[in-house]
Amino acid sequence: MSALTVTHSRRQFKFRWSRFFIYLVLIISVVFFLVPIYLLLITSFKSYQEVNMANMWNFPLKLSLESFKYAWFGSETGGYRGLSGNFVNSLILVIPASLTSAIVGSLNGYVFSKWKFKGSDAIFSLMLFGMFIPYQSILIPLVQVLQWISTFTNPIIHAIQGSTVISGSHTFMYWLGELIPGYGTIGGLIMVHVIYGLPIATLTFRNYYAGISRELIEAGMIDGDGFLGLYRHILFPISMPGFVVVLIWQFTSIWNDFLFGIIVTSDPNVQPITVALNNLAGSYIVEWNVQMAGALLSSLPTLLVYIFLSQYFIRGLMAGSLKG
Amino acid sequence: MHLNQKYRLYSILLIAPSVLAILVFVYGFIAFTGVASFINWTKMKIDFTFVGFNNYIRLFQTERFLIDLRNTLTFTVLFLLITIVIGLLLAILVDQNIKGESLFRNIFLFPMAFSFIVTGVVWRWLLAPGNEITGALGVNLIFEKIGLGFLANGWYTDPRIGIRAVVIAAVWQYAGYIMALYLAGIRGIPVEIVEAARVDGASEINVYRHIILPLVRPITLSAVIILGHISLKIFDLVVSMTGPGTGFSTDVPAFFMYDTTFRGNRFAEGSAIAIILLLLVAILVVPYLINSSKVEVER
Repeated sequence: MSALTVTHSRRQFKFRWSRFFIYLVLIISVVFFLVPIYLLLITSFKSYQEVNMANMWNFPLKLSLESFKYAWFGSETGGYRGLSGNFVNSLILVIPASLTSAIVGSLNGYVFSKWKFKGSDAIFSLMLFGMFIPYQSILIPLVQVLQWISTFTNPIIHAIQGSTVISGSHTFMYWLGELIPGYGTIGGLIMVHVIYGLPIATLTFRNYYAGISRELIEAGMIDGDGFLGLYRHILFPISMPGFVVVLIWQFTSIWNDFLFGIIVTSDPNVQPITVALNNLAGSYIVEWNVQMAGALLSSLPTLLVYIFLSQYFIRGLMAGSLKG
Repeated sequence: MHLNQKYRLYSILLIAPSVLAILVFVYGFIAFTGVASFINWTKMKIDFTFVGFNNYIRLFQTERFLIDLRNTLTFTVLFLLITIVIGLLLAILVDQNIKGESLFRNIFLFPMAFSFIVTGVVWRWLLAPGNEITGALGVNLIFEKIGLGFLANGWYTDPRIGIRAVVIAAVWQYAGYIMALYLAGIRGIPVEIVEAARVDGASEINVYRHIILPLVRPITLSAVIILGHISLKIFDLVVSMTGPGTGFSTDVPAFFMYDTTFRGNRFAEGSAIAIILLLLVAILVVPYLINSSKVEVER
């Protein structure tokens, strides 16, 4: 009887130690993960007067939005550009690019899952390889081809941007022009992101539709749906989760892309936010607090997506792992 | 039958634009880069004079490229090892019925929402070593304050550390992702298997060693592929955090390729670097792709 009590209490003792270590390691990890965020937040809320190297880890005495103002609008006396214009560029890039990629991916997924033909699996595997290539291996011809496309589209862009058909529509005409593909235009970047996003978008939808039973399709055929009707009436209405996953995945990866941005666009007025942030942070005249405020501002959209749609975000990450 | 044939035609028409785009923009472009790596294209204007392997030979005689290859190797080995160990450890810990599990999970995962540029900018500030004028900065300042001043060092500015400092930032960004992969794997193991082992008297450590770890091995393979291909082509993080560094101590092939091609206009050499990068990634990815498509067929 007493022996039993001893073992019991011993067990509990051991149990508690292991619990203690579990929480200890977890909390140390949390510190590692949060320290950069802490520094990012406190530095960006400090005013210029408060950015003192010896106190860099201290909480700001007064919350100041000054750094955000400089990071967003730039500073004429400081001689650097703000990120506001590039933030808008990234929005204008990311929305059409993610939408197009999701729609095309979903149509491809429909064929690769529900209308397999001889060789379709092989074609699909060939497409998948595009997901893994280092983009360095396509950049040189990409620039050449975009420049070649520009020889046709530049006159159109100039015509659109120079025209005042609709009075007071300068900004509208400007953006309309920017959306046309070419070297150095947002439209060019959209095209590039849509094409290189095809493999992952197709893969996600193919796996999603593979889980939908063949009988649904057959029922639709009996109801007289044609090839596209089946997609529109049967698959599309239940595709929302797939769309959300692909849209979020494409949104974050396009928003966070730097390589295509820096290769395809050289005009600071057209460059996406990552390129502009790198320029801002890379210039030695810009104070740390402005750099951190810029980093925070440029992460806001993806952070919001992560905070409010984290389950879909995680599902997208899983899809990206080729599992399933 | 007739309908099926019609639908097959529609299917092919529907995917044709995408397949064509991939054929041109992936396979065609790779072929172009391959050709470009064998010609004498050293200025803006393209020159198709065939020079054989000269561009590759020259590369392997360039000190910067050799340093880059060594840096990539160091970075890849450390990044994979540390990220996978931390990711697996966190997954196991998070799986222990802990309080506030979802909070822990979210904290570990959310660096994934940042771009490499942001990560680089923040870690450059964190690991800024400071100098005589500013005094110790960042992490060094913390080390000094808590009496661990001997740990303070030059981080990415010290050529002996170089690329290893960048590994810290990359691990920070990806460890949570790997945790999520492992966690999904561990949670996917049928409870009965684990319970049966426990009933048979296996200790917790043995349950992990003999049951759970072998069952999550495919996830380790995925993790190696995912992290490996990120690591081989790493560019953004290096650009924003350190640049090439003193004596190219933080330089990587992707950065060299960018410099050579788009700043130096030596397109042929840039193409050769790109092809080497592609081969490195292919060695990693192609066996995996072939294997997973075989599994698909068996299914």
